[in-house]
Amino acid sequence: MATAAHQLTPEEASANPVPEAIVVRFAGDSGDGMQLTGGQFTLSTALAGNDLATFPDFPAEIRAPQGTLFGVSAFQINFGSARIDTAGDQPDVLVAMNPAALKTNVEALKPGGLIIADTGEFGQRNLDKAKYAANPLDDGSLDKWQLLKLDISALTVEAVKPFGLGNKEALRCKNMWTLGLALWMFDRDRAPLVEWLRAKFAKAPSLAEANIAALNAGHAYGETAELGAMGIAQRQVAAAPSEPGLYRTVTGADSIALGLVAGVQLAGLKMFYGGYPITPASAILHSLARLKEYGVTTFQAEDEIAAVASALGASYAGSLGVTCSSGPGIALKTEAIGLAIMTELPLVVVNAQRGGPSTGLPTKTEQSDLYQAVYGRNGDAPLPVIATRSAADCFDCAIEAVRIATQYMTPVMLLTDGYLQNAAEPWKVPDMRSYTPFPATHHTELPPEGEKFQPYARDAKLKRPWVKPGTPGLLHRIGGIEKALGTGNIDYSPSNHQAMTDIRRDKVMGIDVPDQAVAQGSTSGALVVVGWGSTYGPIASAVRRARARGVDVSHVHIRHIWPLPKNLGDLLGSYENILVPEMNTGQLKTLLRDQFLVDAKSLTKVSGQPFRIAEIETAIAAFFDNIPDNEGGELPPDNSQLPSQEAINP
Amino acid sequence: MNEISTIKPSTPKDWETDQEVRWCPGCGDYAILKAVQRTMPEIGATPENTVFVSGIGCSSRFPYYMETYGFHTIHGRAPAVATGIKLANPDLDVWIITGDGDALSIGGNHTMHLLRRNLNCQILLFNNEIYGLTKGQYSPTSREGTRSPSTPFGSVDHPAKPCAFALGSGARFVARGIDVHKNLPSVLKAAHAHQGAAFIEIFQNCIVYNDEVFEPFAAKPNAAQGQLWCEDGKPLLFAGGTKGLALDMERLTLKVVDVAEGDWEAAGVIVHNVHNRAIAHMLVEMPFGPFPMALGVLYDDPAPTFESAVVAQNAAASEGKIADLQKLVARGQTWMVDKAPHPL
Repeated sequence: MATAAHQLTPEEASANPVPEAIVVRFAGDSGDGMQLTGGQFTLSTALAGNDLATFPDFPAEIRAPQGTLFGVSAFQINFGSARIDTAGDQPDVLVAMNPAALKTNVEALKPGGLIIADTGEFGQRNLDKAKYAANPLDDGSLDKWQLLKLDISALTVEAVKPFGLGNKEALRCKNMWTLGLALWMFDRDRAPLVEWLRAKFAKAPSLAEANIAALNAGHAYGETAELGAMGIAQRQVAAAPSEPGLYRTVTGADSIALGLVAGVQLAGLKMFYGGYPITPASAILHSLARLKEYGVTTFQAEDEIAAVASALGASYAGSLGVTCSSGPGIALKTEAIGLAIMTELPLVVVNAQRGGPSTGLPTKTEQSDLYQAVYGRNGDAPLPVIATRSAADCFDCAIEAVRIATQYMTPVMLLTDGYLQNAAEPWKVPDMRSYTPFPATHHTELPPEGEKFQPYARDAKLKRPWVKPGTPGLLHRIGGIEKALGTGNIDYSPSNHQAMTDIRRDKVMGIDVPDQAVAQGSTSGALVVVGWGSTYGPIASAVRRARARGVDVSHVHIRHIWPLPKNLGDLLGSYENILVPEMNTGQLKTLLRDQFLVDAKSLTKVSGQPFRIAEIETAIAAFFDNIPDNEGGELPPDNSQLPSQEAINP
Repeated sequence: MNEISTIKPSTPKDWETDQEVRWCPGCGDYAILKAVQRTMPEIGATPENTVFVSGIGCSSRFPYYMETYGFHTIHGRAPAVATGIKLANPDLDVWIITGDGDALSIGGNHTMHLLRRNLNCQILLFNNEIYGLTKGQYSPTSREGTRSPSTPFGSVDHPAKPCAFALGSGARFVARGIDVHKNLPSVLKAAHAHQGAAFIEIFQNCIVYNDEVFEPFAAKPNAAQGQLWCEDGKPLLFAGGTKGLALDMERLTLKVVDVAEGDWEAAGVIVHNVHNRAIAHMLVEMPFGPFPMALGVLYDDPAPTFESAVVAQNAAASEGKIADLQKLVARGQTWMVDKAPHPL
């Protein structure tokens, strides 16, 4: 046991193993509609009341050559009757629509797991494209897994025959056949899907009916083909306990869009969104473009710079300017963000991080823009940085970004990432009455008789007044050149620059940031795992499992990256060891070391894939292994299933 | 005093700030500033509804000297900032002050898109054919062979033609003026009257780094031969009416013709039509030397503005919809969990 064992809570006692959690991975060609299949399976899972997390994993190419290894698109979902924090380490079920999908995904499948393969796509041509020397469905190479070989292609074509589709169109219904089978496997209701298909193909009713026929045929196949004889039984996964209330699924991108709208409404402002298409940020623009009735104006600019510059112009004119991008786009926006800092105008900049540097891995996730967010500008240019930890959390973080931007007249950087943008999770619909409005005010009061208006006067929070052009009597000029205290006129004098630099720093450092809470565990102890952003899920699960075994480990997850919560230094100092898992090479770790002189250690991963729970569990175990007076430590039960220790980089 | 200036008509003095003007003595910018300050009262502008937006460069200091709202932004980005301002508040009267480097080099992209979108604003491009603020490097409008600190042996690239660029980008108003010329306010007035993006190239003398570069047509003695002031509905005449522009029907270009005894019709001189895009293209492409410099309003053919289209679409898309936040967050397929939570 670990040195400081603790009393188990009931939640921890049942946390490991989670008996009723299943991971399904749908994999196929980019054109096979796997994201759609996954999305609809997610919806039916949510409607069945399971907790869930998803991981859409798709290539950067829109339509890579058919059948190729790099053209494989996959969608993974983890669902269960207990709390689910991640999309799951290892799939229990792999649906492989072609040889390439099998090849690129089968190694991750749990030993004994089920492979459902469409034999209709395992012809010589596709085997060659996937670089298989022999057909893996026949050569015994898949023996450690359960294999269900079905000619899904032929079964689908047969099912949709009455609708007179061409062969190509008929085959497009394959994904619905597969989905039908999956729905049977987990005893799911088909009705919402039928409804959805009718709405989607409202203009082509025969396509709707063909897809419904394919869906029903897949389902019927499960019922009648006696799959039980092959050891494949229908499984019921009970609903997960959750607080009573109204639920929906939400992706991070939707959640950010909704949070921005909510934030702007709470501030009593209009929103101007300047954007430029970039993966994986564009989905936010797509969502907002449909919400005009909420006082949202969206503008697709000619480039990233124009996107942020127009947003800043709109803030100057009295709206809240918002722009979203990903790393390379944020780099282009940097100069304008500096102007926002200098002119002290509100602005929300969302960075949906992706693998970098440069173009990097556009469709893969990473959290390697923390330095860019906190430090990445010319001059001493501080701005607040907030990081979202889950799809649902994006909503509150976006509101918080709007609050800080408008209450302090500052640009705010909101960090999310490619994983959160696309991942869906159930979300308890918030009661908007529980959010306290934070009305932003445009200054209109004239200065006292005989005095000139001071655009850079300060309130107690060091905030300057926000004056909209169009306001009589308060004419003034602002710009990027250093300005004089109070008047805002151009001023290059040494003492003034010192004073203004100090004020810009003090204003940001003085932002009212909630104290750091402990997500799991206690406020002191042998080890704390400190995370930020989308690593929340795997860290929470790993810590829960470790604690269930009695390991003295706690979890602290930081939302306010800059300024850091005021109690964070003391809190971190109260643990003997600090482990910081990050999808970068150690950026938060460096920040914590710099700010608090603590001996934080890194666990890093930059493979473009989220952390697995097991990777973090291993790192936690390794810590206790390495403590000299630890009597044996507490290791995860089955080390053979865990990845190598090389991932750990203390 | 806290007077609200909408009450009484303003005078040019009302548009001056208390800031000391910091351009080099003799700079053409002074004359342009005076011309703008003289124009504002005449067009009935009000300071609080007027916003001057600039980029970076000598010209871009301009907003500090105008008693209006002003935003001195970053290099090349004034059109983008102005777009956000105008979309957030279409009632504001937005003036963009830029230079040849700001608008055509670092900010060329934004200039192009602002013009094609037709944002209702005035763009005053101060063309001095040089980078002044960075001490005299050649600019995208410098003539071939310009010797500068960065091109000690002469520049080898072809200059951009601002008005041709503007027309090519889809501008619906294109004009030219000269910093010290008395006609500048009337050009500014026409630009302001135009609903949509109004592009004005102003030849501006840089007394330090590119002095007298426009003298061949701007200097008083050269004015008659070198300047052709275009007026809608009037024949395109210059040199005191003794010369004019006619169409060379074989080559589909303009040609200079002599006008005898004022009979321009006999000489085939064409009448300027500000709605005629083809003539505008020819006027802006005329090489100076064989031809005079075409000045004044070269093209003025309004089209619906960008911000009016955005406002109209926003209104149409919002019609009949209520901004109910609670409904918004509950959109899509939802489900109820009504049992009390049970322990895991």
